[in-house]
Formats: sequence, C-alpha cells, structure tokens
Amino acid sequence: MTRALIEARNIFKSYRRGGQAVPVLHDLSFDVQRGDFLGLMGPSGSGKSTLLNLLAGIDKPDAGAILVDGVDITQLSESELADWRAGAVGFVFQFYNLMPVLTAFENVELPLTLTPLSRRARREHVAAALRLVGLADRMEHYPSELSGGQQQRVAIARALVTDPKLIVADEPTGDLDRQSAAEVLALLDQLNVQFGKTIVMVTHDRRAAERAHAIKYLDKGELSEGEDLHERSLY
Amino acid sequence: MQFFKLVARNALRHKLRTGLTVLGLVIAVLSFGLLQTVVGAWYAGANAAAPDRLVTRNAISLVFPMPLHYREKIRAVPGVKRVGAANWFGGIYQDPKKFFPQFAVDAAQYFDMYPEYRFAGDEKRAFLRDRRGAVVGRKLADTYGFRVGDTLPLRGTIFPGDWSFTVRAIYDGAEARTDTSQMFFHWDYLNETMKRRVPRRADQVGVFVVQIADPARSAEISQAVDAQFRNSSAETLTETEKAFQLGFVAMTEAIVVGIRVVSFVVVFIILAVMANTMAMTSRERLAEYATLKALGFAPGYVAALVFGESLAIAAAGGLLGVACTFPVAAWFSTQTGTLFPVLEVSPTTVALQLACAIAVGVAAAVLPGRRAARVRIVEGLRALG
Repeated sequence: MTRALIEARNIFKSYRRGGQAVPVLHDLSFDVQRGDFLGLMGPSGSGKSTLLNLLAGIDKPDAGAILVDGVDITQLSESELADWRAGAVGFVFQFYNLMPVLTAFENVELPLTLTPLSRRARREHVAAALRLVGLADRMEHYPSELSGGQQQRVAIARALVTDPKLIVADEPTGDLDRQSAAEVLALLDQLNVQFGKTIVMVTHDRRAAERAHAIKYLDKGELSEGEDLHERSLY
Repeated sequence: MQFFKLVARNALRHKLRTGLTVLGLVIAVLSFGLLQTVVGAWYAGANAAAPDRLVTRNAISLVFPMPLHYREKIRAVPGVKRVGAANWFGGIYQDPKKFFPQFAVDAAQYFDMYPEYRFAGDEKRAFLRDRRGAVVGRKLADTYGFRVGDTLPLRGTIFPGDWSFTVRAIYDGAEARTDTSQMFFHWDYLNETMKRRVPRRADQVGVFVVQIADPARSAEISQAVDAQFRNSSAETLTETEKAFQLGFVAMTEAIVVGIRVVSFVVVFIILAVMANTMAMTSRERLAEYATLKALGFAPGYVAALVFGESLAIAAAGGLLGVACTFPVAAWFSTQTGTLFPVLEVSPTTVALQLACAIAVGVAAAVLPGRRAARVRIVEGLRALG
C-alpha cells in the first residue's frame, strides 16, 4: 500500500490570548492520501486555517508530528522549512496575495526564481502554467488590471508552476462571485484529476466543498469525517 | 533580476511619497554639502599655506606692530631666503559692506614668495613701476568690475585719510583653492604717506612673511628669528603660515563647530523622515512579505527588499543633492562676494554627502527590515484580511 502524502499525528495547537492559552487543535490525527482532494469545513474560529497552515509548514504545532511525503516538517528549522515550502507546496489564498508591482507573468515566475532553472526554462514553465489557467493572453497585465477571478487563476498558476505535490487553498472562492468561483473550482478539480495534485482546501462554501472527494469537519478543536454537507453548521 | 525589479517598482509604487522623500533627501544632502563647503572655506587660508613660508608677528598681539629694521635682522638669520613686510590696511571701498582684504606689501619680495599668484603679460612689471599701483585678485575684480587702469579709492580706518590707487594688475590663482579676493599695494606707498600724515606710525610693520630654504627647518628658524628680538620692546612670535592661518580659524571656532553641528542635525532630521517612510512602507507590505516567505523566500531576501528600496531612494536623493551642490555653491559664492575667498565643493565634501545619504538609507531600513524579516507568516497574511 502507498504511504499517505500527509500523516498528521497527535497535533496540538493553542494560542495565547490575554496571557491565557486558548486551545485550537486538540490531539488531531489523520492521513491525506496522494491525489486526494480534501475539503476542510467548520464554523468560524474552529481552527481550519490553523490546521491548513500547519500542513503547509507556515506554522508549527505545539506538539505532534506532521509528515508530508515522509518528511516530518515539525522538525525542520525555519530555513529548511522555507526551502521545503518552495518545492513541495503551492499556495492559493483567499485574497490571491499577488505582488501588485509584478505582472501576471512575473508573479507566476516568482517561485521559480528560487530554483536553478534557466531564464528560458522559467519562461516556458510560466507560459504553460498561464495557458493552463486560461490567461495566456493576460501575461503582461498587472493584478490591478485583472478581475478577482483572473487574479485567483494567476495565483493558481503560481501555486502549480513549481509542480508541487501538495496544493493548499484557504477559502479560494471566498472573495469571488459565483461565476468566477465556479471557474476556480473547476481549475482546482482539473489539477487534482488531470495532474494528480493533492489538494487540501479550507472553505465555508458548500458548493466548493462538493468538489472535494472527502470532507473533514473541524469543531472545537476536534476533527470528524463528513458525509452530509447540509446538516452541519458552518458559521 | 527579479530582486532589482521588485526593489525598483516598490520604490516607485507611491510616487508622491517617494518623490517627497527624495526631495527631502536632496535638500538635506545639499544643505549638508553647502555647510561643509562653508566650513572648508574657513580653512581655505590654512589649506593654501605653503610649508616654506613663516609669518613673524608681535608676540603680544597682531594689533601691535614691529619696527621696520627687524626686516634686515630676520633676513640675516641662516636659512632665510626672503623677507617681506605686510600690513593689514582695512580700508572701506564705497560702503563698509563691500568688504575685501587689502594688504600693503613689499611688492618686489612678496610676489616672489607667492608663486601661486599668476600675472598676465607685463601687468606685474607695470604694478612694480607704479608706487600708487594696486593688484587685485580675479574674484575681487569680477565682483566689483575692476579693470586694469581703473582708479580704486579707499577710505582708511586703521590708516586714516582717503587713499587712491590705480589697478595695474589682476592676478589669477594657480589652483582653485588660491585666494583671489585680495588687493595688494606697495608698502612703501603706505609708509611714505604715514610719514607725512602721522609720522610716529611710520616704519611700523604688521607682519613679516619669511621664506625659508628648507621647510624641514621651519621650527629651528622660527626659534632663531624670535631669539633675535627676545627682551626687546617688540618681542616676536614666528610660526608657519599654516599655524598663523589656523590661529585666525581658532578665533571663530565656535561658529565653525556650530555650522558642523547644524550640518549633521540636518542629516539626522532626514534620517528620522526617511525611517518613518520606510516604517510606513514596511507596515503596509507585511502581507506581501509574508506571502514571499510562504512561497519559500528567506527572511534575508525580504529584509534585502526593504534595504534595497531604502538605499535606492537614499542614493537617488544623494546623487541629486550632490549634483545640485555645485551650481548652488557657485551661486552662493557670487551672492556672498568676497566674504568667502574660496568656496569650493571639495571631493571630500562630495564623498561625505554620499556617505551620509547611504548611511541614512541603511539606518532608515534597519528596524523596518528587521520587522519584515521577522514577521510570522500567519500574522503577516492576517494583516491583509
């Protein structure tokens, strides 16, 4: 049997607020298989984004281990984590987080500047990624010249250009209209089905969640499997 | 390349803010440069001094003269090549505000000791032939429009009465730092006139300029000169021309120190302004820095972006400030007339200006850069939402 891409074991995480520790995640253990499209849902403040951040290596748990493709990322130093993120994870944020002073092309090229790829190879990769998201004709546009949906597609191109195994998406449709949201979800679906990317997506949006192959609910720091989307309170 | 592209575009992101910051830097660097140039002008006399020239004066004070017969005794001291008498005249040309230095000098000796004063054609000879002739420097001539052949009237203050001279020569400086704001005339003319008008003040000399054969023996010769007049009614003090000039600077040292302090205060003020700009910029971009770090960029890269932007703005302000210093200093020089004989922007001043601009750029980025490098990704991303 193939080893799971993500193996989370006994994860604890709390924040300090007003001098007191507020527990957010309590003894979570779960696996995400390679090629999965996992939707993480739950009410506001339930710790969905916190869990996503831990899986993506941009935050560290208080206790527990997170193995991604066999690497325990909780044991990596800050600089090792940065290197690991550059090659292993693609990020899609709710507010796109593009560099406003760079064009769509340059934004997508940004993560590739951390690789030893030649300029020519980088150009080819970027062009392919932008073609895939349907923005080949908008390469020279700045984010302010693109719609929200287009900006999110640029962000998706940036997430996939380094060919990571894992893509994490935090409310990727949270700032989009229905039409744009549908396009973005279709893209994520395509990445998962066609390119075998493992996707973990935090969402409040039931339509978005329906795209996922599996749903996990997070509430009061505990995780449960989800079947019926309509019986859960998501707010 | 991506790094420099990001730095350049970030710097130009808020054009008004960047423009005003650069303008502030230009003004600060320009002010700093001008003030340093003024301080440099204070030392122009000392810097132009020659090592083979000594100055002998009354040991009590410059105000008190020495007898003319000292000249021959000084000339007899071994190692002395030439001796020339000189008196500060202190006359008024038209209006007391139109100040310029005037000296009565032993013309034949004096200009041989000052090879940095350059004369055209026969002008020097014409001056030496005319006992009422005068020599004016190029800057002085340009300031008041003096030409060869013009009559130059002065009203005496130290040496009373009306005096009239004919401009016979205009000298240029061998170097930019040579003082060409002075007027010279014959000491003999002064002395003869004083013999007629106030006989008891005749044959009195303000200073003797002494040229020596070997500058390495200046201390020894100075002592030998002064030893000649020990226990006389007018004991002397002989020192190098540079020490003599620095004595004048020391009299106004408080002003020089004040100007220096102000020049650095100006730099400190712009540092505060620049630091505020960079702090604002850095705070606004926390989400971008967090995104870059999430994508795998090291904290050092993020800090370098802040430093790069700060340095780019500082360098732009510094270079423009330096470029403006030259024309502004030239304009200032014309406006102040002969107040500052040599107002020259030195290479040291330019280097100091650029160093200050770079130091401001670096210092202003220290805290914002540290903050950007240390921002926790999760907190930085939250700053956006």
